[in-house]
Amino acid sequence: MLDRIYKAQNLISEACKKQGRAINIMEVCGTHTVAIFRSGIRATLPEGLNLLSGPGCPVCVTDQSYIDTVLELADKSDVLIATYGDMIRVPGHGGSLETRQPANNVKVVFSSQDAIQIAKDNSDKTVIFLAVGFETTAPATGVIVMQAAREKIENFCILSGHKLVVPAMRALLSGKNDKIDAFLCPGHVSVIIGYGAYEEIVRDFKRPCVVAGFEPIQIIEGLAEICHQLVEGAAETKSIYKAAVTEKGNLKAQQIISECFEAADGYWRGLGKIDKSTLKLKDKYSRFDAYQRYNITETPHAELEGCRCGEVLCGLIRPPECSLFGKKCTPQSPVGPCMVSSEGTCAAYYKYGTRRKKS
Amino acid sequence: MCLAIPARIIELTGDNAVVDAMGNHFKAKTTLLKDVKLGDLVLVHAGFAITIVDEEEARETWELIAEINDYNKTPNKISG
Repeated sequence: MLDRIYKAQNLISEACKKQGRAINIMEVCGTHTVAIFRSGIRATLPEGLNLLSGPGCPVCVTDQSYIDTVLELADKSDVLIATYGDMIRVPGHGGSLETRQPANNVKVVFSSQDAIQIAKDNSDKTVIFLAVGFETTAPATGVIVMQAAREKIENFCILSGHKLVVPAMRALLSGKNDKIDAFLCPGHVSVIIGYGAYEEIVRDFKRPCVVAGFEPIQIIEGLAEICHQLVEGAAETKSIYKAAVTEKGNLKAQQIISECFEAADGYWRGLGKIDKSTLKLKDKYSRFDAYQRYNITETPHAELEGCRCGEVLCGLIRPPECSLFGKKCTPQSPVGPCMVSSEGTCAAYYKYGTRRKKS
Repeated sequence: MCLAIPARIIELTGDNAVVDAMGNHFKAKTTLLKDVKLGDLVLVHAGFAITIVDEEEARETWELIAEINDYNKTPNKISG
């Protein structure tokens, strides 16, 4: 194992020397963000290699308008909100699901299956499932929407905040941050979409895209593979997470996504409106669409004052450059979503003690 | 949030499975997998098995999770 680490480290160091300028690699996965911090990989990398955390945490990239809409829906007396745990602490204008009163109509679920069960158990209420997450999570939502249709569970709907990873990568390279040299691609999103999905980034932007798992050795070998490609002037899509990721991905899961959803333009925190980047329920399932049921139109809302999560998500600043970081904004009292989610970049910086100025 | 953990299928009825991850038993759906059988190791994300994995992959991840659990016992834990 040590041999592999030294080999990868040497490759990275050589590449940084040859490149003659800083190499910027962005990871687009909250789990990678945490794994990189926890493992101490940053400390082992040469100065010329910058690791940037991108828009890879679903809670973090969820636009403020979605959070505010959720808070409005939660105020309805005949509604139960079913949500994954990460969402309840995200502040909106006027509080969070956790702090609003009364809080007894918010149910935290581990699986989308739990949400449909809550609907079955509470026929006098409408259960709204907060369907957030990337392609990894979207199939689990699709399954319950199909189940609701099949079993005619009409007191159930979803507020889709599902997002697609590749359009966000395109948006970054097309304007927000074209200094990104390569992507360390998300492991479990890629289980679903396959590493072939990044072919368009390679083709259109000539940036290496390498999928890695979450063990430190995988991450460092992923970085070494990227460095190797950059030095060679190559750009390929590749997976070194061979145990779980294939070129074409999980076709059955993809079929469920395309059965239920279509790609629609949508808002991201920090990235603004991105074409065909969110998943909207297809017309045949529109009665389970909370946007339609409650006549909600998605318009961008202002971010909370002083919060620079948007710039953090684009890799434009590091969390300590935000004046709120560690002062007004902490995990105990977060201002922005990147501090709320355990996978958020700000939370990772705070927790893993890189509060020094330069990191 | 896209975290997935390896677990072994110890009961399977239709697409309803009970899985074992490091001694913890919980329910998981196998709706997203084409061919799956009792005893398979799968990655479970938000209550759904998303792919089949091999023994070595599962073992490495379990070791990593055990390490994180130990770390999380230290103070300054962030919930959320």
